[in-house]
Amino acid sequence: MVMETATTLNGFELVYKKPSTLTDTPFHYCPGCGHSVVHRILMEVIEELGIQEQTVGVAPVGCSVFAYNYMNIDMQEAAHGRASAVATGIKRILPDKFVFSYQGDGDLAAIGTAETIHTVNRGENILMIFINNAIYGMTGGQMAPTTLLKQVTSTSPYGRNKEAMGYPLKITELLAQLPGAYYVSRQAVYNVNAVRKLKKAIEKSFAYQKLNRGTSFIEVVSNCPSGWKMTPVESNVWLEKNMFPQYPLGDIKTPKD
Amino acid sequence: MEQEKISKNEASQSGREVRLMKGNEALAEAAIRAGIDAYFGYPITPQSEVLEYFTNEMPKRHGVVLQAESEVAAINMIYGAAGAGGRVMTSSSSPGISLMQEGISYIASAQLPCLIVNVSRGGPGLGTIQPSQGDYFQAVKGGGHGDYHLAVLAPSSVQEMADFVFDAFRLAEKYRIPAMILADGALGQMMEKVILPEEGSLPKMQKPWATTGKPNSRERNIITSLFIEPEKMEMINLGLQEKYRQMQSEVRFEEFALDDADIVLVAFGLSARICQKVVDLAREKGIKAGLLRPITLYPFPKDILGKLAEKVNFMLVVEMNAGQMIEDVALAANGKCPVYFKGRMGGMIPSPEEVLKELESLVEKQSVSQD
Repeated sequence: MVMETATTLNGFELVYKKPSTLTDTPFHYCPGCGHSVVHRILMEVIEELGIQEQTVGVAPVGCSVFAYNYMNIDMQEAAHGRASAVATGIKRILPDKFVFSYQGDGDLAAIGTAETIHTVNRGENILMIFINNAIYGMTGGQMAPTTLLKQVTSTSPYGRNKEAMGYPLKITELLAQLPGAYYVSRQAVYNVNAVRKLKKAIEKSFAYQKLNRGTSFIEVVSNCPSGWKMTPVESNVWLEKNMFPQYPLGDIKTPKD
Repeated sequence: MEQEKISKNEASQSGREVRLMKGNEALAEAAIRAGIDAYFGYPITPQSEVLEYFTNEMPKRHGVVLQAESEVAAINMIYGAAGAGGRVMTSSSSPGISLMQEGISYIASAQLPCLIVNVSRGGPGLGTIQPSQGDYFQAVKGGGHGDYHLAVLAPSSVQEMADFVFDAFRLAEKYRIPAMILADGALGQMMEKVILPEEGSLPKMQKPWATTGKPNSRERNIITSLFIEPEKMEMINLGLQEKYRQMQSEVRFEEFALDDADIVLVAFGLSARICQKVVDLAREKGIKAGLLRPITLYPFPKDILGKLAEKVNFMLVVEMNAGQMIEDVALAANGKCPVYFKGRMGGMIPSPEEVLKELESLVEKQSVSQD
């Protein structure tokens, strides 16, 4: 009989386990969707930093509306677009706690644009996570503010044309201009290397929050296999080919000190 | 009015501070004394003095004040801060309160205590900055989407602008509901003597449901208004309705010269002050008029109105709108006496003389029909 130790389980070597900061509820996300990876990375960081007790999260309206079912921390569910205002309210009452908001592109960059800009402009001392998959996933694949030109969605069935529908909004670059933004980064979760980089960015953001440095803003350029009508593999290929040229990965604003 | 019965001397003997203040300032000062943790607001006439008072006073005393980018942001900051366990408030005037309605519905569903103050003005639309009671329906029937109510208090003096802050927080925290003070531009702008409530005299409650960070000793706390299964959503609704049923015990009203009255004026807020004068003028002419002033607009004092309807000749509802509270008065009277209406709209305030004229004409008509 094989003795079970911290590094073996049922005779297998234990190389990874679900962080205790995730609940046992199975994710409802579509196969291949980036949300579940971002949830896991975020919760891993919270577990590793030992800040479960000091963290309050805010979920948006969109596919991640049920984020609080998976994240084993205190959370609030905000109205569509208002996650950063709700996070502001929490942070102002609990300035010593870690607060993050988690929003999609429609939530953060369309209906919630005013809240987004003003939260960052105040340098609200929170982490804002922005999942950009260029589509409204939950409502069935409509055009988002970040939808690419010529991209077909259910409300741009002939492709997004700039004359009638305007341009994909690069809100992250826009926010980086604001003095309240302390750390602004664009990451992804389409391969292992990208996941590691995202984790580093989240770790840094919580470190800055502890030091009261201002707003940390992380965009995650992600996919939507269902909304894009692709297999998960196809969606990752499309992501690299079409999304990354428009939304290039990497740090956009890093602290000077 | 009640506060006039207490002389400055009596107040200072009791150790309470007396000041001459605007209604908006008295409201803000009372809120600081009620120990609010945060105020979030956006400027709008005729209540901007509330935000100005907080931005001036709070840095010197205690609490967080934040000028939001919109009323939409302000009410959602309230949601977050109330959910985090804070004693929080916002204020605005009619168009701004309309903007907040989505957030208020979420707050009602998530069952968060907070105070929302509407120093209302004439509408619809951008309307006028003059006082109005045109937001009665919006305040007492919910206002946003879904089945919910706020506890609604209607002050009629600067003293009550201060006192009702405490009463509103008591109701909000006891029932875990949003409470509203429904005032108007005149009450916000007028200056009167006010005996200020004592600092720290409103005890803070434990809020074990608040999102303050999850210790190992408890399950995570979630503040949400999303209950996707209809069975669960109905249970939440049944719970809310049960709260509203229990809240009926919180009904408050003021009676004025009702003992021998055979005609009852019904009015709230500023209109009730006008109607006190009307009662005096009517009595000088030998008309036995009295006044019932609802203080809580929700829960509504329907029982007392039902009882009065059985013994009076008629009721005259006076409002600064097109006739809103009259619907609740008529429901309470339930056909037992005629219910008439006199109102002005769009920021106009009825004079005691014009209400008296209406009253006299109704008395005249009634005596003709009785002959």
